[in-house]
Amino acid sequence: MIEVTFTLNASAVTVEIPPTERLLDTLRYRLSLTGTKEGCGEGECGACTVYLDGLPVNSCLLPTYQVRGRRVETVESLDPARLAPLHESGATQCGACTPGVAMTALWILDHRHLLRTHSLRELMAGNLCRCTGYNGIIEGIRQALYEQPGPPTDPGQS
Amino acid sequence: MKRHEGLDKLIGRTLYIDDLPLAGCLWGATVRSPAPRGRIRDVRIPDHLDRPGLIRVDHRDVPGPNVVSLIEEDWPILAADGVRHRHESVMLVAAESRDAARRAAAEIEVVIDLEPAVLDFRREPTAEQIQHGEDNVLKQLKIERGEVDEALAAAPIVVEGEYETGAQEHVYLETQGMAAWLDGEVVVVCGSMQCPYYVEKALTQALALPPSRVRVIQAATGGGFGGKEDFPSILAIHTALLALKAQRPVKLIYDRGEDMAATTKRHPSWVRHRTGLDEKGKLLVQDIEVLFDGGAYVTLSPVVLSRGMIHAAGPYACDHVRIRGRVMLTNSVPFGAFRGFGAPQTLFAIERHMDVIAQRIGIDPVELRRRNLITDGQPTATGQVINDGTDRQKVLRRALDLSRFEYKRGQHAAFNRDHDHLRRGIGLACFFHGAGFTGSGERTMKSLLHVAGLPDGRVEVLSASTEIGQGTITIFTQLVADRLRLAPEQILIAQPDTSRVPDNGPTVASRTTMVVGRLIERACDNLREKVGLAAGASGSELHEAILTWHREHPGEQLIGKARYQQPPGIEWDDKTYRGDAYGAYGWATYVAEVEIDLRTYTARVIDFVAVQEIGKVLNETLARGQIQGGVVQAIGWALLEECDWSEGGMANHQLTNYIIPTSDDVPSIRVAFLENPYPYGGQGAKGIGELPMDGPAPAIFNAVAAATGTDPRVVPLVPERLMELIES
Repeated sequence: MIEVTFTLNASAVTVEIPPTERLLDTLRYRLSLTGTKEGCGEGECGACTVYLDGLPVNSCLLPTYQVRGRRVETVESLDPARLAPLHESGATQCGACTPGVAMTALWILDHRHLLRTHSLRELMAGNLCRCTGYNGIIEGIRQALYEQPGPPTDPGQS
Repeated sequence: MKRHEGLDKLIGRTLYIDDLPLAGCLWGATVRSPAPRGRIRDVRIPDHLDRPGLIRVDHRDVPGPNVVSLIEEDWPILAADGVRHRHESVMLVAAESRDAARRAAAEIEVVIDLEPAVLDFRREPTAEQIQHGEDNVLKQLKIERGEVDEALAAAPIVVEGEYETGAQEHVYLETQGMAAWLDGEVVVVCGSMQCPYYVEKALTQALALPPSRVRVIQAATGGGFGGKEDFPSILAIHTALLALKAQRPVKLIYDRGEDMAATTKRHPSWVRHRTGLDEKGKLLVQDIEVLFDGGAYVTLSPVVLSRGMIHAAGPYACDHVRIRGRVMLTNSVPFGAFRGFGAPQTLFAIERHMDVIAQRIGIDPVELRRRNLITDGQPTATGQVINDGTDRQKVLRRALDLSRFEYKRGQHAAFNRDHDHLRRGIGLACFFHGAGFTGSGERTMKSLLHVAGLPDGRVEVLSASTEIGQGTITIFTQLVADRLRLAPEQILIAQPDTSRVPDNGPTVASRTTMVVGRLIERACDNLREKVGLAAGASGSELHEAILTWHREHPGEQLIGKARYQQPPGIEWDDKTYRGDAYGAYGWATYVAEVEIDLRTYTARVIDFVAVQEIGKVLNETLARGQIQGGVVQAIGWALLEECDWSEGGMANHQLTNYIIPTSDDVPSIRVAFLENPYPYGGQGAKGIGELPMDGPAPAIFNAVAAATGTDPRVVPLVPERLMELIES
């Protein structure tokens, strides 16, 4: 067992874990943050998306020891008000991919300069959804982009 | 109305079975067969695992008969003497952690003496391969109207064609999972499922317990598509057996690899058409042969075959029709329920065949369909006279208009002339989908539904219909709100729990909004009558009346009830397969525009128009979502999703190499509805869940044919297959 301390949703946490434990399992089974889902366990579906130092990553591919001293944010940290457009547009059906979709969607809202070089469909391609056919997701993000102003320090502006 | 539980799902607050805390639970895992067929010589348990800490269950631990109760009693709960497919369940283990259980299962070795396996459903089995009856035929059916042989002999033109489709994996994003625990004398099973009462029936038989000692609860379910219609029954039994043996709560959750390898899939198919026509392209006679791969056990194959056959002639009028169908045993995982339930396979065949006919006799494929689409007063293959008032020509016209079909065809001709490595084409499919159970199924089911008036004045729907992503909770809330003039906050939808809700049938067959929705309306009416109010009563009057009723009947339950009543005029004969196969049909025309890259041999859908008449649309966002999701799942089936079989097992049982569409693989799906309310459906709705699975594959194949001049006949059209077609 090894001890790992990291910042989780703005609070410091320390866990004692086997060295091979995945961040996904630490979050779900040790820390009871079950919003992050396992869809495939091999980095294909994006249901387990969390932010690591502000970047979306697949937590099923990440050994927990690697997040030592780093900043992890999960779907539980999201502001529900920002997700209202996705609710409205039908971005969720069964809900199993949805927390991952929400994580990536809000990350795009905060990094909208990427839309100058990538399409929304390209940016969302790391999150598999089997229910919606993606229309509801794409429309929800578009609406959110329109309704919610971008962050003040948008690196794309410089 | 917005999706009731939508925000909870978006922020990860919805609890699926793997999310639910279960104090002191053990974790289960399954030991599986390494071979497609043979006798079990030995199950070797390493010494270090042969200890009390590891719970083990095999077929000898099943108190009741060792079969999963479905249509026929042939699917073993745990293999006893022999196995019939790779990854068949042989033994169960449970340990203190998920990892320990999975490691133990992996270390236990099942030794098989091999027997000759059937790995191709299209070939006649040899004597050594027979495992079911005398011929491995799991079910055989025939539909016949008119004089087919005479009509074929007399037809001026006869066009033949053979069409094939492969297996498809559901890939619900939440894998199969179940928990079981003991509550005194009662075995409680909670998990991901579509049909709590199917699970209850299977459990009572397997555990040899009366229904009063079995309780089944549906947890939030992350997608089903049919895959959680049949399989949860066996998983529930497995989990309950472990809990009974351990006398502790147990969770049994599959990971993706196990789920894809071991659970049911869409039936592979082979269909042959022989079609007689006159010179103007009028259909004179259809002779259709349908062959499905049933896999190792019967499961739901007979009804999948039947639905497939009933849809096999397409939405056309034809005087002489014969459809002969068989579903064959093979030594692969049992094929089961999957959105469309046999109809996508046979509708692919007829709708691709219509374009093949058009090409052969030199007629426009649109015109060929226009001339043959069924009109009110004409019978289907089973002799059901269609009389619903839907303008099917208008459905077709709207799809052509929205897709600018004619304009695009002209444009593509120029594009294909000028471009060196890209080719574009457009294609269509006209189709229909029967909603609800086939034939007398709804009548036999006798669905019962309750709407309760609670002591606090609120109203609660007590129903076994499950929310699996399609919107049951939202639609039920909406139906009650409209019927009783209540605000949505005053309405509760009970969690499906067999100790609380009556059996209003499984959540399958596009029946929930149409059939169960109508029951909700009638149960609401019954509740209102019970508190002495007339139909025009306001919500606040009802609220007050419920409170008053409870003051006058302390401790009693106030329940409005409704039992299924068959709409008038429906006649069906299960023996001859004649009559009114479905109470209502959705009608549709889909148009696909594709672009093919001749360097990579990939076909990409660049525009898609889905026009359908589905009765009344109750919730535009949910209905559109059903169509768009179904279309994209069908695009996957048509172009990307190939089960790669190796010795009867799925070799690519992971999302790394079983490819489903991403957001970047598909265009925006354009959806239009025509509404012709169905008087016997909830608020006039017809079923829509499965319809969108039927049309995309043939529309896409017809578009590829138009773009490349090839004649694709085999689903999925992966690049390797397209390369062969273009190169040859």
